[in-house]
Amino acid sequence: MNMGDINLSLLFASLIVAATPVLLAALGELIVEKTGVLNLGVEGMMIFGAITGFIATIETGSPWLGFLFSILGGISLAFIFAIVTQVFRANQVASGLALTLFGLGLSSLLGYSYTGIKPAAFPDMHVPYLSELPFLGIILFQHDPIIYFSIFAVFSVYLLFRNSRLGLILKAVGENHDSAHALGYNVILIRFLTILVGGAFAGLGGGYLSLVRVPQWTEGMTAGAGWIALALVVFASWQPFRLLVGAYIFGGVTLLQLNLQALGVEINVALLSMSPYLVTIAVLVFMSARRAKGSLEAPRSLGKTFFGL
Amino acid sequence: MIKLEPRKNRSSILEISTPIIAVIMTMLFGGILFYLMGKNPFEVIKLIFWDPVMSPTFSEYSRPQLVVKAAPLILIALGLSFGFRANIWNIGAEGQYIMGALLSGGIGLALYPLSAWYVFPLMILGGIIGGATWAMIPALLKIKFNTNEILVSLMLVYVAEQILALASLGFLRNPEGLGFPGSRDLSKYESAANPELIAGTGIHLGVVFSFIAVIFLTYFLSYHRTGFQIKLIGQAPRAASFAGINLRYIVIFCLGLSGGLAGIAGMFELTGPAGVIHIDFNVGYGFTAIIVAFLGRLHPIGIFLAGLLMSLTYVGGELAQFMMNIPAAAIQVFQGMLLFFLLSADLLVNYRISLRTSINKRRYK
Amino acid sequence: MSVNCTNKSKSNDMKNILSLSNISKYYPNVTANDAVSLELESGKIHALLGENGAGKSTLVKIIYGLVKPDLGEMVFDHKVYKPENPKFARKMGIGMVFQHFSLFDALTVFENIAIGMDKRFDRSQLQNQIDTVAKQYGLSVSLNKIVGNLSAGERQRIEIVRCLLQDPKVMIMDEPTSVLTPGEVSDLFIVLRKLAAQGVSILYISHKLEEIRTLCSKATIMRNGKVVNTCDPRKLSAGKIAESMVGASFSNPKKNKVKAGQVLLELKSISFSAKRTFGIPIKNINLKLYEGQIVGIGGVAGNGQDELLGLISGELLPTNGSIILEGKEITSLGPVLRRQKGLLSAPEERLGHSAAPEMTLTENCLITAEKRMSLSRRGVLNYTKSRKLSESIIKELDVRANGPDSLAKSLSGGNLQKFVIGRELIQNPKIFVVNQPTWGVDAAAASSIRQKILDLAQGGASIVVISQDLDELLQISDVFCALVGGHLSKPVKTNSLNPSSLGLLLTNA
Repeated sequence: MNMGDINLSLLFASLIVAATPVLLAALGELIVEKTGVLNLGVEGMMIFGAITGFIATIETGSPWLGFLFSILGGISLAFIFAIVTQVFRANQVASGLALTLFGLGLSSLLGYSYTGIKPAAFPDMHVPYLSELPFLGIILFQHDPIIYFSIFAVFSVYLLFRNSRLGLILKAVGENHDSAHALGYNVILIRFLTILVGGAFAGLGGGYLSLVRVPQWTEGMTAGAGWIALALVVFASWQPFRLLVGAYIFGGVTLLQLNLQALGVEINVALLSMSPYLVTIAVLVFMSARRAKGSLEAPRSLGKTFFGL
Repeated sequence: MIKLEPRKNRSSILEISTPIIAVIMTMLFGGILFYLMGKNPFEVIKLIFWDPVMSPTFSEYSRPQLVVKAAPLILIALGLSFGFRANIWNIGAEGQYIMGALLSGGIGLALYPLSAWYVFPLMILGGIIGGATWAMIPALLKIKFNTNEILVSLMLVYVAEQILALASLGFLRNPEGLGFPGSRDLSKYESAANPELIAGTGIHLGVVFSFIAVIFLTYFLSYHRTGFQIKLIGQAPRAASFAGINLRYIVIFCLGLSGGLAGIAGMFELTGPAGVIHIDFNVGYGFTAIIVAFLGRLHPIGIFLAGLLMSLTYVGGELAQFMMNIPAAAIQVFQGMLLFFLLSADLLVNYRISLRTSINKRRYK
Repeated sequence: MSVNCTNKSKSNDMKNILSLSNISKYYPNVTANDAVSLELESGKIHALLGENGAGKSTLVKIIYGLVKPDLGEMVFDHKVYKPENPKFARKMGIGMVFQHFSLFDALTVFENIAIGMDKRFDRSQLQNQIDTVAKQYGLSVSLNKIVGNLSAGERQRIEIVRCLLQDPKVMIMDEPTSVLTPGEVSDLFIVLRKLAAQGVSILYISHKLEEIRTLCSKATIMRNGKVVNTCDPRKLSAGKIAESMVGASFSNPKKNKVKAGQVLLELKSISFSAKRTFGIPIKNINLKLYEGQIVGIGGVAGNGQDELLGLISGELLPTNGSIILEGKEITSLGPVLRRQKGLLSAPEERLGHSAAPEMTLTENCLITAEKRMSLSRRGVLNYTKSRKLSESIIKELDVRANGPDSLAKSLSGGNLQKFVIGRELIQNPKIFVVNQPTWGVDAAAASSIRQKILDLAQGGASIVVISQDLDELLQISDVFCALVGGHLSKPVKTNSLNPSSLGLLLTNA
């Protein structure tokens, strides 16, 4: 009985760890999509953040610097996307795909000599008193700072779009860039900066993957996490809290699948490995079937290029 | 102050020259990349772009390889380009390529060791059906539930890779393979093999097929109603709906075409150059073909040239890896860069960039 | 000349809040503004008149800081005025109420107002301000509604409130009445007069003569980017003003009496609810179309016009009801099959809906004429034939284009409109439905398009003209209906209408 309790709470705690990379990347993409930009390069930015963070940690021994560099890595790839789509007004879908291919290539190029090394451990930060709570203490309050940050970030993004003037401007740009321009807002600049913020989140998510979640570097280690982040944004209907729920459900599926593999349950490994992707498809179908065409939720200018006057 | 002015009529000279500009920019920045890696950039660029075709030492091996690698890229990109024109984004060609190979391979292995003329045609059919069926999943979900085809087709790549693993470790494993993963070598099974047609050229049936596809689809795009409708949907979706175009049909057509062609590409690769169904069977042609499609400006003739160019970077990249220890990933970076420069250069086709003050001074003061 | 101008403006210094001198703006292919000068007196309503394309919009965008002029200078409140962007313009005290493109459908009324505020604000404080302004001018707005669900009049009130909150000295209004019902127009005029009385100067852009003659004390008339006349509109006859706007007078289309024949098309209790968010649901429409008859459908845009046209053309399928063409049910047929049966149409939006901007005129012919004019065989398109067709459309309707290979977007609005209407007319329709046939079209083209429509009716076709331009409908239609809020009024004989019965029809169909 008691043993079961501990296992269950540990399971929930590691579910949160498993979900955090995708949650961070998806949160960044949510902000970007709110301003009307569809960046399909999340996978590329994530894996690039994973390797830059990993290298920085190995070279300096400090996971904190590692996370800083994973953020910078994500931003630098996002910068390319921003230049191409906002300055050169290129098609966002194609540019996003290019970014993913580019990021995957660049990361394996950089990571060539870093395979199989273990990075410095990133210590957990137990919240005083609260971490002593039975059951909930282990699930929620014995984590590392990045996890607390990710939850804090979800709250902040929620408040940003609910109450703040900045959030209103971002939403307005995403809803109707012509109107926003007519009111005197600099659509290109706003989108440019938001894309960088999205890159920072994706990079951090990637860094968390290679520094905490796995923790080591393997080529192509994101294995579609960036794409799942994109799907999560659709699932969440562009709402931060739904994103949190979605990410944790996804984390649960991944974890369950891994645990079943470890337990040697009589299900084929390949079938288990494909389950997160199948679940994602199922969720996408469910969401799109439930929603009428052209619903209110998606930002109206999403994916459209602003050419100005 | 830099200013963009839309062109009234597209500049066709620029339309052709932007890919060339993009290639030159990529060589420039790629050179910088190689320089940073401590290599002589001129030597590497020469090794990638010149030696595979011209060098007396390498070209004997490289030239056939060029054709062998270009064929699947061209086939897949041809299919993708139709969808891309109509804003139907199949980015899961890699998965369709795998499934085409698996179904055709499955048919071949099931018939083994039967020696009959119809084995190969049946396998071609299997390739088409395997790829097209896999592509029908996102197509049907899109028309039935309006589900995003980008994400679904991509997720299905990972699923297809797992099925490939399952097949090569399990149900298609060579029973005489001493327990090693991988199927029988289909290139050694005469009725199923896709050998070189002219020795030393690399030309196999898949290459011939890709040439035919280029010619046929060029005609189809320019003169067939469906080709016109695809262009119309991409350029003016509301006009397409006013014209009465059946969008569902176009979604099915575009995904079916790209899936089918990717499946055929997988089939020819499996029965020729690859031979066996193995975990590492797919090498990313399905993704590189996206670059090929754009580099070729979504036009069949352009794709043909772009496929050869992209194949050159593969073959030259291998050469660079072999001779100068340049990691294969560098080539992938190179290819990504190419796509960026190309997309950016597109601006020149549609817009005139002007320095505002200088023009005004010239014209009005 | 220019010396003269500056002298004059100096003498009027005290009265003028804004003066422009020799403002010019050149685009690669057109001169939008050519040495435009204008004096706006404080507390006056000043009309800026001109046809579509005369350069009015560019001029006000320059004043509002959205476009930078190539030459010329502006003086605002006795100081040189060079707006970098709209924010700067608003800070200085210049506000603008747009005709299009400035509200966010998915946001609430309050959010829409807040986004236009440049200063930081506190929610309740802003709410108080809105209440005050709204009360002062009689502009009722409900803050928590989603803008996408509001009527055109309500939307405009939001824009005005948003503009007034900035405490403007000058307010620019771009074609404010083009989307309003007659009742809403008179409400607006009351507000504008109140504002002027408080000392706000209003620059009022329009191409409607009557309202300018009732509202404005001064008018600047533009044509082809130049100022052609400055006058007091109340002292000049409408005909005189029209002449200087257009530059020449045009013969009105001739209308011969045609006897209505048999019913060609019947809509039986057609309803449609839009899948698109903020679309207008069509409610239980009944309509019979007779041979040789022109039915005019009036009403403000956004009341279901696009939907009605789509339902007749087959682009939209009704949720309820049935459509009968010459005794045969065609309710579930799409546009291709309806066209084959002789039911043709031309939607309002030329670029992107009835024509593909990036395609040549020859290719554009294929959009609607492929089947009916046999431009293909077994799916293979015959470009030679399509080119010939496009050439004859160009010739027949006198389309000014660089031949059949020019891109649709390279044509001017009027010429493209002639082309897309000509494309349908040349196919000899039995029934022809057109939405806003002369919107944004210069006067010469408009009158030739109207004549073509009348000629078609003469030949026995049945025609529906949907338009916001009541004069146009009164001129060419035999029967009139009003479309308001997705509801179609009973048909009335056009010649039995008078201004008051028309106004009544348009407010509650």
